[in-house]
Amino acid sequence: MSIDTTPAPRERIDTTTPALDVRGLKKVYTGHGRDVEAVRNLTFTIRSGELVCIVGPSGAGKTTLLRCISGLLDVTDGEVVLDGKKVTEPPPGMAVVFQEYGRSLFPWLTVRQNIELPLKEKGLKKAERAEKVQTAIDAVGLTDSADAHPWQLSGGMQQRVAIARAVAYEPSVLLMDEPFAAVDAQTRADLEDLVRDLWHKFKVTVLFVTHDIDEAVYLGERVLVLSHRPTVILEDVKITLPDERSQLETRSTKEFADLRHHVYEQIQKAKQGFRPDGDTA
Amino acid sequence: MTTAATTAPERRRRRLSGSNFALGAIGLFSIGALLEILPRIGVMDRRFFPPSSEILTMLLRQLGEPGFWTAVGQTMRGWAIGLTIAMVAGVLAGVVIGSIPVLREFTASTIEFLRPIPSVALIPLVVLLYGTKIQSALILIVYAAFWQILVQVLYGVADVDPVVRDTARSYRFSRWTQFKQVVWPTALPYVVTGFRLAAAVALILEVTAELVIGVPGLGRNLGIAQSSGAVTLTYALVVAIGIIGIIINLFARYIERRVLRWHPSVRRDVAA
Ligand SMILES: Nc1ncnc2c1ncn2[C@@H]1O[C@H](COP(=O)(O)OP(=O)(O)O)[C@@H](O)[C@H]1O
Ligand SMILES: [Mg+2]
Repeated sequence: MSIDTTPAPRERIDTTTPALDVRGLKKVYTGHGRDVEAVRNLTFTIRSGELVCIVGPSGAGKTTLLRCISGLLDVTDGEVVLDGKKVTEPPPGMAVVFQEYGRSLFPWLTVRQNIELPLKEKGLKKAERAEKVQTAIDAVGLTDSADAHPWQLSGGMQQRVAIARAVAYEPSVLLMDEPFAAVDAQTRADLEDLVRDLWHKFKVTVLFVTHDIDEAVYLGERVLVLSHRPTVILEDVKITLPDERSQLETRSTKEFADLRHHVYEQIQKAKQGFRPDGDTA
Repeated sequence: MTTAATTAPERRRRRLSGSNFALGAIGLFSIGALLEILPRIGVMDRRFFPPSSEILTMLLRQLGEPGFWTAVGQTMRGWAIGLTIAMVAGVLAGVVIGSIPVLREFTASTIEFLRPIPSVALIPLVVLLYGTKIQSALILIVYAAFWQILVQVLYGVADVDPVVRDTARSYRFSRWTQFKQVVWPTALPYVVTGFRLAAAVALILEVTAELVIGVPGLGRNLGIAQSSGAVTLTYALVVAIGIIGIIINLFARYIERRVLRWHPSVRRDVAA
């Protein structure tokens, strides 16, 4: 991974303009004779260049939320605004890394072709595509596997391909849905560092969804804590850890332990029925 | 990682035919030997069951006759033209019907009604229309093979993984790109399976049309040999048609493997 392959930074982190605005988002699944209120009322703002984690238990509606934000799912109420435009279909400036990474790659294409296809669709010229693809491949450490097919790679490597594809697309907002839930602990630690690394390098706004409290605290600049279903935001925790993080050092600091403890407590409280909106679920 | 669990049985079959090839050859040889001995020792009536060596000799003699090769050419031509028409029509219809949910619902019961009608039931009709012309065979072939392909393509088009679909949508692929890059590669294994099934069915219908209606080809020669009491020649032609069937099947499998190099039923996974 050499530094000079990094493209020129598009802009400095701008912490004042909102990149993503979610207002009063509500999603009720209807059909099959019963309604499921997956998300009740979510309001939050992510500023340009932030790395925000959303943590919530399984079934809290995290995937539902991301699908609404990415325009893949219609909202029941409220709205999502990306770069000042209301989202009604998948918007141009957004890339999603799905939970089921293995299934989101096209098995009939090589790693390189997988990453290149969205760029082709965007209308980039061949030379430009080749350069961006190579940069992304190098950045996620897949230089040697560029011409393999996804099914020839391990789970962690497949996830790297999905991430490289998203990064090469140069989205203004990158959404990640529990991307590391299915990889082993060591790979997971590496990929977490990769995400922070790419965030630094490509100055992209990241919304990272996870059910893992440690992961959320370790990665994020902010952590939004979700309640159980029907889902609301319990707390918006600012993560005061230093910018340079390391698996070994950061995770053993007192600050990390305190933050982790705090988030954990919120989730415990939620489990016992506490809701900020006063209702009982 | 398995992306398409639907082809699992196929994979198993492939492995079976591969490792048991030697065993299969021994089996075939044993039956050949048995059919040689039984007529010779009088257990089977030699008038109706000539020893296998005589059949083989007759077949080899046929290979030197230009008339035999003309018939082979006629049979293969009917097979190829019919199969091609059925392929093009089946794939086009399948893609269009499969991509439009309303159309799919609308045609579902019609397809279920028409599909089980055996193609041979159309023989009286095609005889009236075309007699012993090649068109008679083509209609029977196309009718039989079309459904095989159509049904497979319909399954294939419906088999797109929702995650892949979401991926394509989130990267704003145009409808054409979604078809070309997502729907078609997903459907391809089914298309090829349809092709393999249709290739076999097409040969059956071609020979049937030759034998029953008298469309020129190996089947008609077979009928003539049988009615003129040339028992050994009859058997030799049956064996020849069988060999063509095997070659067609090998050809279809070869195509399948070429087209689906990336597919789970063909590829070998390197890492788990
Ligand atoms: N398509 C759907 N139809 C009906 N209910 C759904 C659907 N998708 C998800 N749900 C329900 O919505 C809730 C939230 O699901 P999801 O967003 O997948 O949660 P998470 O990603 O946090 O685990 C769950 O109770 C789930 O059963
Ligand atoms: Mg989920």
